[in-house]
Amino acid sequence: MSALKPGEVNLGTTIMAVQFDGGVVVGADSRTTTGAYIANRVTDKLTKIHDRIYCCRSGSAADTQAVADIVQYHMQMYTAQHGEAPTVKVAASLFQEICYQNKNNLSAGIIVAGWDERDGASVYNIPLGGSLHREPFAIGGSGSTYIYGYCDKVFRPDLSRDECIEFVKNSVSLAMTRDGSSGGVVRLAVITKDGVERQFVPGDQLPEQYVG
Amino acid sequence: MTSIGTGYDLSVSTYSPDGRIFQVEYAQKAVDNSGTAIGLRVKDGVVLAVEKIKHSRLLVPESNRRIMTAAKHVGIVSAGWMSDTRHLVKRAREESRNYHDTYKRDVPAKILAERMGMYKQVYTLYSAVRPFGVGTIMASYDADGPQLYMVEPSGQYFGYHGCAAGKGKQVAKTEIEKLKLSEMTVREAIKEAARIIYSAHDETKDKLFELELSWVCEESGRKHQRVPKELIEEAIQYAERALDEDDDEMDDDEE
Repeated sequence: MSALKPGEVNLGTTIMAVQFDGGVVVGADSRTTTGAYIANRVTDKLTKIHDRIYCCRSGSAADTQAVADIVQYHMQMYTAQHGEAPTVKVAASLFQEICYQNKNNLSAGIIVAGWDERDGASVYNIPLGGSLHREPFAIGGSGSTYIYGYCDKVFRPDLSRDECIEFVKNSVSLAMTRDGSSGGVVRLAVITKDGVERQFVPGDQLPEQYVG
Repeated sequence: MTSIGTGYDLSVSTYSPDGRIFQVEYAQKAVDNSGTAIGLRVKDGVVLAVEKIKHSRLLVPESNRRIMTAAKHVGIVSAGWMSDTRHLVKRAREESRNYHDTYKRDVPAKILAERMGMYKQVYTLYSAVRPFGVGTIMASYDADGPQLYMVEPSGQYFGYHGCAAGKGKQVAKTEIEKLKLSEMTVREAIKEAARIIYSAHDETKDKLFELELSWVCEESGRKHQRVPKELIEEAIQYAERALDEDDDEMDDDEE
């Protein structure tokens, strides 16, 4: 279970999402690997599911792309049938259903985050087994193991939008320096009532930290 | 119905020359022969009421219920063939379950009504089947608040503030129109619902009947439930008093 097949492209990754009053910030590194080879150094692991719902993908690139495509299709159908946008919870539940039902064939760790009319900003984490957790912030991917302590120390529920952006930037770049499977640039998206704002931090402009 | 006997009313797959499908209209007749069923949507919930006509004194009281629950937050009362109704309620339960399994949230009444409408509509297309002889009234309390829908045998459905089906639907509709539904509470609505069912009841045609009442409201925790016994008793007393007063007024007029 959840082992990559020979030659399969891996999103050995650092992904993250943080909720603040009025929106969420999602972030990810940009490295895609096949073994030691970097298949893509500027990957976009933040995938749009609906107007104000994004997911951060970790695990097999093929699996997570396929699952995201399926959920995207269902959310379009949902919008057509209901005449209104789906909630983040609905999208996350669908991700969970697919990840749980196919847990023996998938290697996918997904964070779903966004903003909706009913619940406001929310972050859902769907780790490997296919469970679903609503959390004020979530980290995932191989790089996340290096930053649990940092995140727990720095996170506060009352972080502002700009503080959240800094929090994600710092956390992801810290993970990128320690984790061999994470690296490249930091990609961010800020999702609020007003829409989505994408940000990009080039590799030479990452926050500075001790590198030994 | 001028075209009766001309052969255009034998199948649901044949239109009459003026564009009607008689079998669907006959199904509507089956609904009109039923004991009156009504739904009232008020500010804090929805009330369903039905005049359950009893063909025998030997029937156990409160048996053969005509109000059923499709999901914890959805109640259904039908006018028409009860056997068809049970099939449709089974379908509604499957649809609700199905929706919840995919989206992990309660099915909105709008969606359930649409799906029930789609299901009924299929039975107006093929000559091998007959349309459902049922008018389905659905009461629900979902994320959008209290909701009331009625699905007809043709598959048409509409959202209502108040609706009625069955024998006494004309009487019931005129009575419902007099109510200020958007200002009412469910506690007031159950009394009015009882009164309307009692006034729509025709003593000369059907002697025995039982009043069934249910609600989905804030008080019931947004769940579809039978109205508590005490409240039904109270509502029946109110209904009988209102009827007596009406009779007295009519007597006065004669003087």
